[in-house]
This record gives sequence, C-alpha cells and structure tokens, in this order.
Amino acid sequence: MSAGRLGKDLLGLEHLSADDIRLILDTAEPFKEISERAIKKVPVLRGKTIVNLFFEPSTRTRVSFEFAEHRLSADTVNVATALSSVSKGETLVDTARNLEAMRIDMVVMRHPSSGAAKFLADRIKSNVINAGDGKHEHPTQGLLDLLTIRDHRPIEGTRVCIVGDVLHSRVARSNIWGLLKLGAEVAVCGPQTLLPMGIEELGVRVFRRIEEAVEWAAVLNVLRLQLERMQGGYVPSVREYYRVFGVTLERLERAPRELLILHPGPMNRGVEIDSRVADGPHSVILSQVTNGVAVRMAVLYLLAGGRPELAESAKGAPER
Amino acid sequence: MRPILIRGGRVIDPASGTDAVADVLLVDGKVTAVAAKLAARDDADVLDAAGCVVAPGFVDLHVHLREPGREDVETIATGARAAVAGGFTSVCAMPNTDPVTDNQAAVGFIVSQARRAGSARVYPIGAVSVGQKGEQLAEFGELVGAGAVGVSDDGRPVATAHLMRTALEYALTFGIPVIDHCEDLSLSAGGSMHEGLVSTRLGLKGIPRSAEDVIVARDLQLAELTGGHLHCAHVSTAGAVAMIRAAKARGVRVTAEVTPHHLVLTDAACEGYETNAKMNPPLREPADVAALRAGLADGTIDCIATDHAPHHYDAKEQEFDNAPFGVVGLETALGVAITELVDGGVLSLPALVRCLSTRPAEVAHLPAGTLAPGAPADVVVFDPSAAWTVDPARFFSKSRNTPFAGRKLRGLVRWTIVGGALAHRAADRPAR
Repeated sequence: MSAGRLGKDLLGLEHLSADDIRLILDTAEPFKEISERAIKKVPVLRGKTIVNLFFEPSTRTRVSFEFAEHRLSADTVNVATALSSVSKGETLVDTARNLEAMRIDMVVMRHPSSGAAKFLADRIKSNVINAGDGKHEHPTQGLLDLLTIRDHRPIEGTRVCIVGDVLHSRVARSNIWGLLKLGAEVAVCGPQTLLPMGIEELGVRVFRRIEEAVEWAAVLNVLRLQLERMQGGYVPSVREYYRVFGVTLERLERAPRELLILHPGPMNRGVEIDSRVADGPHSVILSQVTNGVAVRMAVLYLLAGGRPELAESAKGAPER
Repeated sequence: MRPILIRGGRVIDPASGTDAVADVLLVDGKVTAVAAKLAARDDADVLDAAGCVVAPGFVDLHVHLREPGREDVETIATGARAAVAGGFTSVCAMPNTDPVTDNQAAVGFIVSQARRAGSARVYPIGAVSVGQKGEQLAEFGELVGAGAVGVSDDGRPVATAHLMRTALEYALTFGIPVIDHCEDLSLSAGGSMHEGLVSTRLGLKGIPRSAEDVIVARDLQLAELTGGHLHCAHVSTAGAVAMIRAAKARGVRVTAEVTPHHLVLTDAACEGYETNAKMNPPLREPADVAALRAGLADGTIDCIATDHAPHHYDAKEQEFDNAPFGVVGLETALGVAITELVDGGVLSLPALVRCLSTRPAEVAHLPAGTLAPGAPADVVVFDPSAAWTVDPARFFSKSRNTPFAGRKLRGLVRWTIVGGALAHRAADRPAR
C-alpha cells in the first residue's frame, strides 16, 4: 500500500477538495499524450499489481482501467464475478482479504451496492479505487467528465445540466460534487420520479422540462435511461420518455447558445438522446472515452504515491 | 425463597403515585409493604438502595428473541437474561420466528422455554395471520389460551385493510391489542434507510415517512370503526405522532410505542454506511425525533419499547443494502433514556418509569408495572447517576449489533428482581 496526496483510496468526489480534483485533472493532462504514441507504455507502475474486481458487467470502464494500468506498466488481473468464488457465496470481505493475501497493491472495484467501495477500503490495506458503487459515486467518470468540459471551456461559472435518471445514477452524484467544487452552476432535469429527494439542498437547480434546461445550460450531460426503470413504474414508456425528455436536434436548435453534449455511455439512441445529437458537432462523447484513460492513469499514479510535478518527466520522452 | 428488603431507595411507582424515599419488602414473590421505615427482619436479604431508584420492573412490549429458528443469534434464555440486565422483568416476544408463533403449541413452547430459563417473564405475542402471510386469521382464542397477550404480524404490516379490520374486531372477544408494524410495502420496497438528503448523498434507496403514515392512517380509521385496541409499534415519524394524538383526542382506542434509538438518533447515523444504524422503520430526521420526544412527554406515545432485534456479526458485516434491519436494545434502553431524555429534560424520572413500566403493563394487561402491596415482586433498582460505557462484548445478549457501542451513558441497573428472586446484579456482567 502507498498513499500519495490523495490519501489511500479514491471512493468518491464528495470528500475531495477542489484542489485535489484540480490536481488529478492537471496530472491527467501529460498522460493524455501517452495514448497518442506508437508505443503506449511508460514504466511508472512497473512491479505494481492491480486487481480489477467487477461485480457488475462493464465494458467501457473496465477496459479503460485496464488500458490505463497497462500503459503505466502495472501487472493486472481481472476478476469478473460470474466466474469467481463470489458466485459460490463468498462474502465481499473474504474475497478482498484473499486477494490481499496475494500481496496486491491496488483494487479497482465495481459493485452494485452503494458504499461497497468504502466497505472494502476500510478493511484492506491496498489502495481502493471506486469504479462505481451502486447509486453512490463513480468518481473517475466524474473526473473524466470534468476534464472533457475543461478541454472546451472553463468549468467555473459554466452552467451544466445533468439530464435523466439522476435518482439511480452514480455518475450524476460524482458530477454534482465535482462540478460544484470547481465552481460550475449545476442543474438536473428529468421527471420528478427520477430525481432524488432533497437534491436542491445540495445546491442544484431543478428543471422539470427539458426545454427549460436547454434554454439555461451551456453543457448537457445526458444520462442513460435503464430500461428496467419502466418496470419500476418510474416512467410509463420509452416512447413517451423520448418525446418528453429526449435530447433531440430540434430542441437543441431552439437553444440560445451552442451546447456541449456529454453522455457517460452506453447510449440508448432514440431513448434519451437523438442520434443526430450524439453524432453531431457538439457531441464530445468520444472525447470523454479518450480522456477516461488519461484520468485513470492520473488516479493510479497519484494513489501509488507519484508526485504530480513529476508526471511530465515520469512519462519519459515521447517515442518518435 | 428468602424475603428481600430494599432499603432507603427513592421509590417511584406511578401507578400508586408514589415518589419518596422508602423501604420495600418482598415476601413470597409479592410486594408486601412499601413504607418510610420498615422494621428489620432476620430472615430477609437486605439491598442497600441509597442513591438508587426503586421501581416496578420494566416491561418491553417488543422484543425478538429469535427462538425457535435463529438460536445462533439469541435464545429465549439469553434474551431473557439480557432483559433483566437492562431492568426488564417482563418482555413480549414477537411471533416472526421460524416457525411463526401462529398456533397454541408454538405459544406453549415459548412459555415453557421461558419458565426453564427463569429470568425475565416472557409473554408471547401471537401472529395475526397464519404464517404471517396476511391471508387467514390465526386462532386468537387458542393463542390467548396458551399464554399470548397480543397479536401482531410484526416484521411486516397487517397485509390488508380488511384483515386489519377483522383482527381488531375479533380481538375484542379476548381483550388483546392488535399490534401493527405500520409500513406500506409498496412505498418502502427496496429501501434501506430514511428517504432524505442523507440517502440521496449515500445513493441508498429511501423509505419515505409516508410508508409509515399511510398505514397508521388506515389503522386509526379501522380502530375507530371497530372499537378495537390498536397498538402502533415503533412509531418513527412526526406525522404518525400527530395522527395518533388527534385520534386519542377523539376517543379512538389506540396506544403507541417508540424505541430508544428513534428517540435519540437520526439518519445521520447511517453515514459511512454504518449497518448498526440500519433498522426498520429507519432512523429519521431531527424534526421527527423532536416530535417523538414531545409525543412521549405528552402521553401521545404510551411507552418505550426496544424492538430488540439480534443479528449475527456476519450479517451486519456486509454491504449496507445487504445487511438486515434491526439493533439490540434491552441492555442499553435505560442508560440511553436517562442520558438523553431525563438528563435532556424531556421526561422526569417518574415519567420515564411510567413509559418503561406502568403504561406498557397496562397496554398488554400484564400483572406488572406497580409496587402496590400484593403485586408480583418484579422490581428494578437502578442508580440514575452511575456512568458507564457501552461495551457490546459484555452484553448478555448473544448479539452485539448496537448503534450505541462506545457511548458513555448514565443510569445503571444495580439489581433486578423477578417474582421475589434476584435475577440480576450489576456485578454479574461478564468481564470483557
């Protein structure tokens, strides 16, 4: 285990300071370039062992972490629960302790229960990176969203509206904390059935109509509508959701300014977002994915004790 | 059995309006005399209660003793022993065991296990419905005949308004309360804590206040319709307190209880995903705590009941959503109540004794809750100013799931006497 400026673990953005968040974003900048090289590898985490422990299916986040780990030369193992001892009834704490007994350095965990990352972090010595815990937080997604917005405009003072199923979204919570700390104005928009109780008390504006959100915002972060929400009775149908809350080209054309469009993926085209918007000129959805690798490299580097001012030199000279 | 003479304590017996320094004499399992200065007797054991309160033994209308079914987390014997350690001489055991206490044989089993254990008296609560399935009414007559003192589907609400109506009506024949766990399951489904800002921040599905309030409203209407005796278990919301207060004012036969934890803790205790703060109903907000305290002080809420709910360490050592609801409470109730409610100016000591003994005994029609001559010699002697620190490793209960671990409390049970026999001394508590 090691602990850098960020402490032992990255569990969420709620308890990070604005300076900590800026540190991660600033550290990510030099790491962006590594992924553009022909030989995408630097020896920063050589000899470190990392377990990617995924209790929920994930493609984007898992692959992004794996690339970040490999490009920093860490040794990694992936554990997917369907194939592991967890499916034989092992508890989370036993799984973690067994992994730790193999002398690992870090665990990246995705888990369906809110608080699972903290539960693990409190019980093992290795660094824990939360790759999404239930409906609580998904800090690296929040960070990559911040980095992507920052690539296009200063975060401070920018109006960002998070659209859709905020109630069940860990991405929304990490975004809200990160954006507020960096001085953005934040709003949420969706049917009241999908907005959590007391959200205004966090300092967030609420729009019940997408038209109002589009008029107000400079950035829309469009959340995925999970199809099981229909069974939960939160919204009557996909068709109606798209009609009332869908981020469509027609709605954006009526906006007073050009909006930056983010989406954490995976997208339901024609449900929460119009394909013409997702693939349009103001979409930065694929930049988010690219930035995800850099942000995760920065987080891994800092938690491993890397000094932020050395990030540029740590990555070595670019391969020609 | 030798007589016991309790000397020089502050005798508080709300049933007879007594609050004075006096001696209490217990002979042959009965209270025989309470007077300023009783003559010494060679045949009596003497307890020096100077500085202590001498009160009728406490009565807990709501405990889960887990036997039969989960003897690994509590048994009738360990639960009854924990009860006397907390000053409780009578406890009412909820029927959500495995199998459910829905027939006379199951009631008889609890009675006989309790008799064998020989500490606190254990009164079974029978199920309202067969198997607590919410369909067919259980045989109240046979349950009462075997020793049940009330009925409840606790752990779950009485499933439908019709079932609640018939239960309240049918219970009139036997003079027993119908105790409801008021929770609309469609509103609480999937929830693991109070719905509010804390649940939003923690990303946990919330249980809104209305999950309790809509069933309290239903039950009050049905109690008014039928004239039956409704007892609302573990009230947790300001709304429920207001409705019960209004119903009592118009003469509805309703009584209510509140737990020590709902009187003291809020949803903030769940921060950090603390599973020992996970209970059902959930810990609510400061405004609810204030309303519960006011309701207890003005008599809207009749009594304090612990909802003692033992769980295994492994069950609580889990992700918050996967951990079971419930906390143990028998051994901390008095200390929490004195520290927070008496020292906090909510209740006087006599009012506290009323909530812990006199009223719950009346609610369930138990032969308890008074030190009147001739009453059963069930007595608690406690030092209201003695300080101690909650150490779950020293509990008599088999389980340790308390939200009060490490708390410094005032109010320590010195002696508990059941039926004229000493059932607990402070010195009995096991070392760590």
